[in-house]
Amino acid sequence: MNILTNPKKLRGFERHLKVENVSRRSILKGLGIAGGFALAAPVMSRPAFAAYETGASKMPHGTVVDPRVFVSIAPDGIVTIVGHRAEMGTGVRTSLPLIVAEEMEADWSRVRVQQAPGNEAKYGNQDTDGSRSTRHYLMPMRQIGASARSMLEAAAAKRWGVPATEVKARNHEVVHAASGRKLGFGELAADAAKESVPGIEGLKLKDPKDFRYLGKGQIGIVDLRDITVGKAHYGADIRLPGMKYAVIARPPVTGGKVKSFDATEAMKVSGVEKVLEVKGWPWPSKFQPLGGVAVIARNTGAAIKGRDALKIVWDDGANGKYDSVAYRASLEEAARKPGLVVRKEGDADAALKSADMVITGEYYVPHLAHVSMEPPVAVADVKGDKCEIWAPVQSAGGTREDVAKTLGIPEANVTVNVTLLGGGFGRKSKCDFAIEAALLSKELGAPVKVQWTREDDVRNGFLHTVSLERIEAGLDKSGKVIAWRHRSVAPTIASTFAAGAKHEAPFELGMGLIDNPFEIANLQCENPEAAAHTRIGWFRAVSNIPRAFAVQSMVAEIASATKRDPKDMLLELIGSPRLVNLSSVKDPWNYGEPYSSYPIDTARLRKVVELVADKGGWGRSVPKGHGLGIAVHRSFVSYIATIVEVAIDGKGKLTVPRVDTAIDCGTYVNPERIESQIEGAAIMGLSLAKYGEITFKDGKVQQGNFDDFPVIRMDESPLVTHVYIVPPGPDTPPSGVGEPGVPPFAPALINAIFAATGKRIRSLPIGKQLEA
Amino acid sequence: MIKVKINGQEQNWDGDPDLPLLWFLRDEAGLTGTKYGCGQALCGSCTVIIDKQAVRACITSVSDVVGRDVTTIEGLHPTGDHPVQKAWRQLNVPQCGYCQTGQIMQGAALLMDNPKPSHDQIREAMAGNICRCGCYQRIENAVHLASTGV
Repeated sequence: MNILTNPKKLRGFERHLKVENVSRRSILKGLGIAGGFALAAPVMSRPAFAAYETGASKMPHGTVVDPRVFVSIAPDGIVTIVGHRAEMGTGVRTSLPLIVAEEMEADWSRVRVQQAPGNEAKYGNQDTDGSRSTRHYLMPMRQIGASARSMLEAAAAKRWGVPATEVKARNHEVVHAASGRKLGFGELAADAAKESVPGIEGLKLKDPKDFRYLGKGQIGIVDLRDITVGKAHYGADIRLPGMKYAVIARPPVTGGKVKSFDATEAMKVSGVEKVLEVKGWPWPSKFQPLGGVAVIARNTGAAIKGRDALKIVWDDGANGKYDSVAYRASLEEAARKPGLVVRKEGDADAALKSADMVITGEYYVPHLAHVSMEPPVAVADVKGDKCEIWAPVQSAGGTREDVAKTLGIPEANVTVNVTLLGGGFGRKSKCDFAIEAALLSKELGAPVKVQWTREDDVRNGFLHTVSLERIEAGLDKSGKVIAWRHRSVAPTIASTFAAGAKHEAPFELGMGLIDNPFEIANLQCENPEAAAHTRIGWFRAVSNIPRAFAVQSMVAEIASATKRDPKDMLLELIGSPRLVNLSSVKDPWNYGEPYSSYPIDTARLRKVVELVADKGGWGRSVPKGHGLGIAVHRSFVSYIATIVEVAIDGKGKLTVPRVDTAIDCGTYVNPERIESQIEGAAIMGLSLAKYGEITFKDGKVQQGNFDDFPVIRMDESPLVTHVYIVPPGPDTPPSGVGEPGVPPFAPALINAIFAATGKRIRSLPIGKQLEA
Repeated sequence: MIKVKINGQEQNWDGDPDLPLLWFLRDEAGLTGTKYGCGQALCGSCTVIIDKQAVRACITSVSDVVGRDVTTIEGLHPTGDHPVQKAWRQLNVPQCGYCQTGQIMQGAALLMDNPKPSHDQIREAMAGNICRCGCYQRIENAVHLASTGV
């Protein structure tokens, strides 16, 4: 099935909101300004890899498929491959170059990876978010590798005076089997560079049965050694001659500003050199800095001590009354009244009225902070009308645009060097910290490092939204679910870009609300209004967290009310194997992907449930105080099911002896990194379920560090997480891995707690709810 | 003027004696393998070894380490092949990698104190080191592997 969608609505959601004139960017692309081979849609030549379209071409600057941009070969044979996406722990800096190496027959031990600076005209889109890298770049990287291989083969054939069809690249050399002659990649490099780049259509891709690396696993990440010896460079590790160290006191209330400040005591601190006010942007401020007072010093420690000694009077502005207790009540009130209908199948209102039994659940998830281990940090060096940035940013191209715009200089004058990211989780998609460094460097006429403290990170970030999901399920006499009404109310990320935005955007509604896969005749999704009072941003898995929590909890609640096995109940609701028809939805979003390539396939959803139930031993007997819970969720066009085993002792102390997760992410590159992402997702899921809560009082965040915003530590982490990867079909396009592991964890855990104790938790975090 | 010994080398410091060792190491001595994560000894990213003990550099002042031997990740092993470092690589432990130097220093300090820790002892000893990527399963296994010979 195919759904006609408006391409404008499918564009990459983060940048979609950020760029002011989206169509202008598309026009530029249409004129071919990107250079190289900008592809509208990747085309494959081998029937084994049937053509699939992705949303890559709709991202700003689309895709560039040009071996001259991504591959270089030195005379000694060392192959350098450009990694143009940001490495924040997913392994992408290894995986994408590995694809190129696979196709070009390079020997991985003789490959070096070079990080691209921000330059989307040259490299294509660089927004490393939305779990998109592999799904958008598997095929382009294969084409780049195949092009490079073809150029090497052509050069060797010319050297030997034989037809190109007689030579074959194999493990870093080109071989002429008939004569036994061989030439190394290094020996061919200069000639190969003179060959014309072959057209995409004629490229011959490798037969998957000949893959040496793709899908095989156990390839260590390229930075592995550097990380273990302390030589890996993150944003915080950049040091320039004459560099100043800065920390900034930012408004404690979003949208607030400095009324007055007294730097007398701060200036007395040893090592402090200067105190100055920095510019902030009015609310909503997009990715622009919040402003405040900066302390400049000879080292970060002195800057922090100086900041502690500042006396600042703030004007709190319009959000000074934001209070999480009162706000929660307003969300509950809104969820109990009809809201904007965003999906309607059948007549849920009537069916609920006629139902034999109605089960209602209200599920609350508070604000969450990303707390990547490396807080935001950036170094900038502005000289005249030029600016160079070193920063751990997820969006190198977007950072370049925003810095250029802010400084009022051409983009060509801005260089953004992307360091390793000490975690990202969506926070580092927003480049406010890089802009701060650029503004300060310009002001001071020296290179500046702006370091966010952990407290800054917790109190001045772009938080995960706060949400109330209310689900009413109507059952007939036989226990069949005949009606489902899901109201989702949460301040929208769009509010960070547009004043007064109160409805969730398609990219939020499309994360587990309007894409509900259940086979229920009367299904309605609504989105009542909610106003934002702080900066809302993307957090790993975004709206899928509250939606999966609500929907998958409700499934278990129905199972309990009707005395059925939760897994059987889940499969019954998913229903028959089919492609879910979303034709009633105005903008199904679908993670920016064409529905033809990435439909909601309930057969795949069922399969991960059945796989995890089988491998994870669903229904096995567990000791007293233990319980099993199951949940499944499709997000970032991948399918993931999780079983959690919990143990609760007499005092309500919760431990997790075992986690089992099955993932279907289509065709994949490095299964070892998929496992690590899923292991990590279980920890992040457990963190947010057990502890995650940012609250506001008088407009200010009440938490500040890992003492009052705890995350899971090793002594409370799951004893073991098993990961099962569904082998892809030959034509299955790749899908997301970085984020989809998170959403099913919390509901599986909560369902397990119910199985162990009979206690149903509908409000996260769990906190002390199991005590007493 | 304060004299401190880092990785066997003497260094001078003429600034604030109360400066946290973390910032002295990173910003003044250029040893950036020791990371900032919280500034309050809550996360362990800044773990260094002082006289065979794992110490949080963020709450230790420069003056506190006068006359003591400070070892950072850069000085843990001359070629970077300490058993803990080797085990880390063998098990592909890191994701983003940022907290890993602190984790490795904590693991190395544990093995100095207890060469054959049980899994429970590893989980307890490493509980002060946060990994937001959630590499705990592999960290635990790597410390165990290092204790049994890599």
